[in-house]
Amino acid sequence: MTAVNASVTALQDRFGAAVRRSEVSCGDTIVYVDPARVHDVLAFLKDDPAQRYDYLADVTAVEYRDRERPLEVVYQLWSLARKVPLRVKAELPKDQPLEVATATDLWQGANWLEREVWDMFGIRFTGHPDLRRILMWETYSEGHPLRKDFPLRGRFSRSEQVRQALTDDLEAHYSMEELSLTDAAPYLPEKVRQDLAKGQGG
Amino acid sequence: MATRTVTYDLATPGLERGGRPGRTPLAATAEPAMDTDHMLVNIGPQHPATHGVLRLVVELDGEVVVRVVPHVGYLHSGFEKLGEYRTYNQIVPLTDRNDYLAAMSNNVALAQAAEKLMGITITDRCRELRVIACEMSRILSHLVWAGTTGIDIGAFTVFLWLFHERERLYNLIEAWTGARLTTSLTRVGGLMADVPDGWTDELRRWCGRFPKVLDEVETLLSKNGIWLGRNVDVGAISAEDAINWSLSGPMIRASGVPYDVRKDWPYLGYETYDFDVPVGEHGDCYDRYLVRMEEMRQSVRILLQALDRLPEGPINVSDPKVILPPKDRAMADMEAMIFHFKQVMEGVPAPAGEAYQAIEGPRGELGYYFVSDGTAKPVRWRIRPPAFINLAAISKMSQGHLLSDLIAINASVDIVMGEVDR
Repeated sequence: MTAVNASVTALQDRFGAAVRRSEVSCGDTIVYVDPARVHDVLAFLKDDPAQRYDYLADVTAVEYRDRERPLEVVYQLWSLARKVPLRVKAELPKDQPLEVATATDLWQGANWLEREVWDMFGIRFTGHPDLRRILMWETYSEGHPLRKDFPLRGRFSRSEQVRQALTDDLEAHYSMEELSLTDAAPYLPEKVRQDLAKGQGG
Repeated sequence: MATRTVTYDLATPGLERGGRPGRTPLAATAEPAMDTDHMLVNIGPQHPATHGVLRLVVELDGEVVVRVVPHVGYLHSGFEKLGEYRTYNQIVPLTDRNDYLAAMSNNVALAQAAEKLMGITITDRCRELRVIACEMSRILSHLVWAGTTGIDIGAFTVFLWLFHERERLYNLIEAWTGARLTTSLTRVGGLMADVPDGWTDELRRWCGRFPKVLDEVETLLSKNGIWLGRNVDVGAISAEDAINWSLSGPMIRASGVPYDVRKDWPYLGYETYDFDVPVGEHGDCYDRYLVRMEEMRQSVRILLQALDRLPEGPINVSDPKVILPPKDRAMADMEAMIFHFKQVMEGVPAPAGEAYQAIEGPRGELGYYFVSDGTAKPVRWRIRPPAFINLAAISKMSQGHLLSDLIAINASVDIVMGEVDR
């Protein structure tokens, strides 16, 4: 076990109780922060001259098999200048809305990564400019596949999945943004259109 | 959208100026600005230039790209979900199919991450063989990139020459692992197999001939007027933007950021190897080409060093709880049979905790992230996919370029859809 990353102390000084705890696992330092303050924490880590975590390596989420445990949004940070990694986590209890502020205003690279977390876990990133599903298609209605309550073979039966695939409207796989160009929107299912118009993703 | 000056020159331009060749305009005439409606063009998912099943919806003003909306997910296989139902060694075949052009890099990344989680130190011979595996897959992947990029841009010869070398390398891999693409090379704590007799001599011989082929390819391309016209100043991205978009691998290094996991966050003893990290300056398709060509030469250097220092000894750690006993012992020896049974039925449990291990894959930072709750199957297996994250920047890189440049830009990103979609 190596020593705890010095950034943890700086974060505790700056954010106080919003930094809930920190731990070291396999040599990597993990900081748990209040989900309401995660954007402030990330902005501080990115811009503070003593921290300079300028590279967002990854954004992902973890759900544990223990149903009581909250979901975690995980940010893997890396400082190109100082060559130091730091993992920031925000815990989202399941009885509250799964929401956290987007990091796309800090890193453009967060755009697709947050879309993937939304797609796979159903965690909403508030303020995201284009929060649509990314790996699954926009009209996918079985839920969020990487959640533990999602069965390995999907929620629907094989025959239902085949039926949906065969009756699927291929035009619906354009996004609202693209379709607005040609006014081809009538092809899209009404519910999806409304969701997209509200910027909520499919 | 304003006018755009279209410049092209089939003579080899800029060479007399010395230094970096550039495009010199033949006729600096601007396209007329036609105030017509924008057009929506759908490219893919079934299109040879999209390198798999990528779909790009392009908004065009005349021939100029206004906006690109990529659609991915056509090859989504749910690897991360499947991994939660498998033990660590059972995940190895999934990693082959993740980035199928550099399967051995992915095998090694999985083993490194699982060993970090379990606190296992691998043997010296295993470490050097994994370095050889990583560098071989880097060359293999870059060969596919160079060949297919050549085809996209109109240079077919390169494809034939480089795929010839690729076949030779695949023959070596087949001799080692029994498979060409789906290698499943690593196991937690070691390797599936040691290299066969005489294999290292064959690889050494290949390392001797391969740089000559690279020389020939560079003679064909590096100062070729068409190649320059299609690549120079196309799809440029600045160092600042490259960092902000989380690019990695040749993509970020071509923009002038010397970020290489092998140097900055060493694993497998890469800090003890003598090799250089090529860095570009302009961040355009041409610099990405130069960076990848030089990376192949540096990989050959690493391969030769690893072959020189390859020690004798076991490839697996001597821990019967982690490594399966030989089959003859499992059939004859009570203790070995128990270990065999426990491993096959239950797998190797990892202590509760989590580990993120990044390696420098051919496309960039390939990170494997495991979260364990103390059982033999991970709670969460996450691949940090470099191709997926690099591809996200294509909308930025192709704005204001011609539609045909979009093909060159897409080729320069070097995507592999298995990894993008997972």
